[in-house]
Amino acid sequence: MWSRSKRVISMLVLLLLSVGVLGALAVGQVYERSETLYVGGAAWGPASTWNPFQPGSLANTTGTLGLVYETLFNYDPLTNVMIPWLAESGEWVSDNVYEVTLRDGLTWSDGAPLTADDVVFTMNLADQYEALWFAPMWEYLVNVINIGDLIVQFNFTSEPLYQEFDNNLYNIPIVPKHLWEDRSEEDITIGANENPIGSGAYLYDTHASDRNVWVRNENWWAIDALGLYPAPKRIVDIRYSSNNVALGSVIMGELDLSNHFLPGVAGLSDNNVVTTYFDGAPYMLSANTAVLFLNTTIAPMDDAVFREALAYAINVDDIVNVAYAQLVAAASPTGLLPSLSDYVDEDVVVELGWTYDPAMAAQILADAGYVDVNGDGYVEAPDGSAIALEVTCPSGWTDWMAAIAVISDSCKAAGINVEDVTPDYGAWNTQMQTGTFNMTLNNWAALSNTPWTLYNLLFRHPIQAQMQSGNFGRYDNQEIFDLVDALAAIPTSDIAAMKAACADIQRVLLSEVPMIPLWYNGMWAQYSDAVWTNWPVDGDNTPSRLPTTWSGYWQLGGLMMLCELEPAE
Amino acid sequence: MRRYFGRKLLIYLVTFFLAVTIDWLIPRLTPGDPIQNMLARAALNANAAETMYTYYTHAFRLDLPIWQQYLNFWNALFHGDLGISTYLFPTPVADVIKDAVPYDIFLLLPAILLSWWAGNKFGAFAARTKRLDNTALPIAYLLTATPYMWLGILLAWLFGIILGWFPIAGAYSYTMGTELSWTFVGSVLHHWFLPFASLFIIFFGGWAIGMRNMIIYELEADYSHYLEALGAPRKLIRKYAFRNAILPQITGLALQLGVIVAGALVTEVVFSYPGIGYLILAAIQNQDYFLVQGCFLFIIMGVLLANFLIDIAYVIVDPRTRKGMVGE
Repeated sequence: MWSRSKRVISMLVLLLLSVGVLGALAVGQVYERSETLYVGGAAWGPASTWNPFQPGSLANTTGTLGLVYETLFNYDPLTNVMIPWLAESGEWVSDNVYEVTLRDGLTWSDGAPLTADDVVFTMNLADQYEALWFAPMWEYLVNVINIGDLIVQFNFTSEPLYQEFDNNLYNIPIVPKHLWEDRSEEDITIGANENPIGSGAYLYDTHASDRNVWVRNENWWAIDALGLYPAPKRIVDIRYSSNNVALGSVIMGELDLSNHFLPGVAGLSDNNVVTTYFDGAPYMLSANTAVLFLNTTIAPMDDAVFREALAYAINVDDIVNVAYAQLVAAASPTGLLPSLSDYVDEDVVVELGWTYDPAMAAQILADAGYVDVNGDGYVEAPDGSAIALEVTCPSGWTDWMAAIAVISDSCKAAGINVEDVTPDYGAWNTQMQTGTFNMTLNNWAALSNTPWTLYNLLFRHPIQAQMQSGNFGRYDNQEIFDLVDALAAIPTSDIAAMKAACADIQRVLLSEVPMIPLWYNGMWAQYSDAVWTNWPVDGDNTPSRLPTTWSGYWQLGGLMMLCELEPAE
Repeated sequence: MRRYFGRKLLIYLVTFFLAVTIDWLIPRLTPGDPIQNMLARAALNANAAETMYTYYTHAFRLDLPIWQQYLNFWNALFHGDLGISTYLFPTPVADVIKDAVPYDIFLLLPAILLSWWAGNKFGAFAARTKRLDNTALPIAYLLTATPYMWLGILLAWLFGIILGWFPIAGAYSYTMGTELSWTFVGSVLHHWFLPFASLFIIFFGGWAIGMRNMIIYELEADYSHYLEALGAPRKLIRKYAFRNAILPQITGLALQLGVIVAGALVTEVVFSYPGIGYLILAAIQNQDYFLVQGCFLFIIMGVLLANFLIDIAYVIVDPRTRKGMVGE
């Protein structure tokens, strides 16, 4: 028995060892490492659709838009310039006619030519099917016609929404008519579109539940036309299920570009373990504004004075330095990203803006009659009723959880009773959309070419039972709704008029404080120099592109980053 | 015999019905709306939101009365239709699970069986050796009390990042596609080892402790002393003790299965192993009713099937059960 057990155990050990050794010996390379770029942080679930019309992160397949399907224009948020892409040029020939001239010699990856016919077909799909995200454009679009093979003419009603249309120009993917015209409505709007055929720099290679693989399109039209050639032959987009794995993989040099939020990257960047866009704080470019929405239908947040006191009470510095360990920057009270700082009216900010100032908050509260009547350390409303509010964010979003803890602490220090609460994502989302929250964080305005994108989120109207895409606090003020509508209808070339409209909006935003812009969430990106170099970094003679693989951002600089990468050594 | 299994089968059917009903009900009781969550991730920038909400709510039949949804659910289930995932729209849940489940089985089956077998052997062995009992058992206690996630991260850090012996993520190398080659098989095993080891180590500790205690108990039982008094060889007594001690361990295996599966899910997240672990987490967070149902349906069926097999095993190893059935 003795010897038998011993034999059993030694057998077991041997078995385990042999499995390990067998594994260790048998690893071979299939994709050449020096030609392959490993990225992560865009996908959070297995790839489920390659339909370019499935917007945002719904697709989980970053690259469908940008690498495979292309847009008429690209946009560089760092320089605020629209870059002609499939279009060679585009101009308003009159107030309501826009003409796009396509490049000559564009091709689909199956060899067929890409012509004005395809563009017209794509635009008309949204006229036909209202389930496509860009269908609302047709409310002010009369028709889209082609003049020859290269010219597309958009004819608008008398009131085109210039701001939205410009945004659409770099977001609507052009699809091949010859492969899509026979598809059913369901296939077009929600079909998975396996084996996508586009016009872009990469082709679909393969996918598994934890990865998507793209391979370079050696016949890409821009190789000749623009002299662009993406350095990596293959892009392997890895879906990690936890951030610690992503961090480990970057440190080991197995993951070249991580677009995950990794707390503590500041230290790793300082020690040159990873590279980030900036050398020092905030390390990351800004991607969107984290806004604290206040439910203005609930007392005391229906009182602008109380909301202003809140704005002074919140310690944004602590959010930046403690909650984020310096990976983000504090936001302008106007909420506009640094790339849109031209549209910030500094006079309004100086006159009406706020900074963290608990004494000021206390003063405002006291002047308005918010005083601590019952001696519990927190103020009561002027009518004597107790104030007990909750600030929420989804459970598990650790950076936001730390941020709302700071908000709660600093409000309490200023005498306002605010507790931080973290419901599940689903519950949080429902509370937000049905208006059953007190205060909550939201950052759904994507990096954009126009300040209208943010203000459309903040002042979405009309107020409905379910607010699905903005104005969650149900701030009801026709004056500002009209101002935002006016901004939407200003041509993007009329910078002066846009500035004036923004100044009007900001005057209301800062004096009424319907919501509080707090900080800029980062475009999380940390790179390893082990295999690829020449990453985007801040500096004069360095590539300055958005270092991101997020879905919907390839045409905002991600693709150019690929063209500028260089193999190490 | 037939009556024994008939009764068992009836119990399993009732359990299955109740478990699946709860599986259907629980996601619907949580606050929130799956279609809203799905559309929120689409970050719609225009008036499309309202239209799309109605469109999808109807497409997923979530606008029907709740009892109708329940009946439809059973009807679809019997036709092998698990619905469409909202989180991974428009992939059918059956496809999602079909891709993920082989990895779960590949990870769990060896870990459970090997750890059970090795843990029992080791526990029985340790119970007889004072020195081993004093040194190895405290370690086993430590192991079995270790959180899955913590041990996983520790192993990944030590063997992955520090020593670099094993990869820390994925089911096979990110440098290759699926193919049938020795390199691929090697890569699969290489990636499998750490998640497997972290499960094995924790399970192993639990079984070893259980067995060790049972053996000591059985060796002190009257029949052991009686055998000893009759002058039976020590080896024979131990053999009887082991056969008796193994019975509670088999029951334990059946009872533990649910907990074990839960632990495996956490381990999969830590190692980015593409089983259903992460899927369940994401499905619950996004209130993907259909994916939650599908994943738990798999777990329910797995646990019930395993319990059924254990019932059969019990008949084989415990003569008393056999006797009871024949004596009817």
